[in-house]
Amino acid sequence: MDDAAVIAALRARDEKVFAELMRMYNASLLRVALIYVATRAVAEDVVQETWIGVLNGIDRFEGRSSLKTWIFRILTNIAKTRGQREGRTVPFSALERPEAVPEAAVDADRFLPPDHPRWPGHWASKPEPWPEERLLAGETRAVVEHAIEELPPPQRAVISLRDIEGWSSEETRNALGVSETNQRVLLHRARSKVRQALEDYFAEAG
Amino acid sequence: MSVSIEQLSCQELVELVTDYLEGVLPAGERASFEHHIEGEGCKGCHEYVHQMRQTIELTGSLTPADVSPEAKAALLGAFRDWRAD
Repeated sequence: MDDAAVIAALRARDEKVFAELMRMYNASLLRVALIYVATRAVAEDVVQETWIGVLNGIDRFEGRSSLKTWIFRILTNIAKTRGQREGRTVPFSALERPEAVPEAAVDADRFLPPDHPRWPGHWASKPEPWPEERLLAGETRAVVEHAIEELPPPQRAVISLRDIEGWSSEETRNALGVSETNQRVLLHRARSKVRQALEDYFAEAG
Repeated sequence: MSVSIEQLSCQELVELVTDYLEGVLPAGERASFEHHIEGEGCKGCHEYVHQMRQTIELTGSLTPADVSPEAKAALLGAFRDWRAD
């Protein structure tokens, strides 16, 4: 169904289409809400309010952005207000200026020092191949899940939208209201940490 | 900025992996990147890039978390109220 068909169905009060939209977006909405509010319970409230906002606004929606972007903008506004009311400081630097706090993809001590006479910055201890047969094990997947849960919320939101939901970089940056570059920085840090968690896991278990 | 093949160290390369996979590396850096990891190039970085791809694939195999069934039921209730208005 394209946007126009979904909008028409919502305006016609089609419950099936509404339920389907919720199924498609609930998980992502929750992840994004968690950038701004502290707990899952509050994030669920925010998602709930968002859908009510969607229903109340759909008759006036002009289609200047995609439906998805519009829904996420409603969510972001509600979540920001809610976060401020809770006295939570919105992590502007993390979301809008991620480069302000540098983070290395791989610990510096994995590399030879910059003053090394022959191979500055080359691997001191290089990555070893992972055991293929264990990659798809449930336990490995749990390691990935746990690593994502541990990420700072902006990184968690970006990797969830990009790599779990399979959104494009454009959809992701529109939903989050961040620049293309910042979207990529957040994705890079998130993926690097998940890779590191897997490496640690296989090194320990191996 | 163009980085010559000799200048791209492993420590620099790991910071460029996402730009590389996203297809946004400028041509010069892309050439250095590929030269570094391909053929008789650096085995460590070759493996690193492979692991990043494996990581992305594994993440993609996760099932998205969902909101609670109670929250969903409440929303369908809200939907019916809205429709009745």
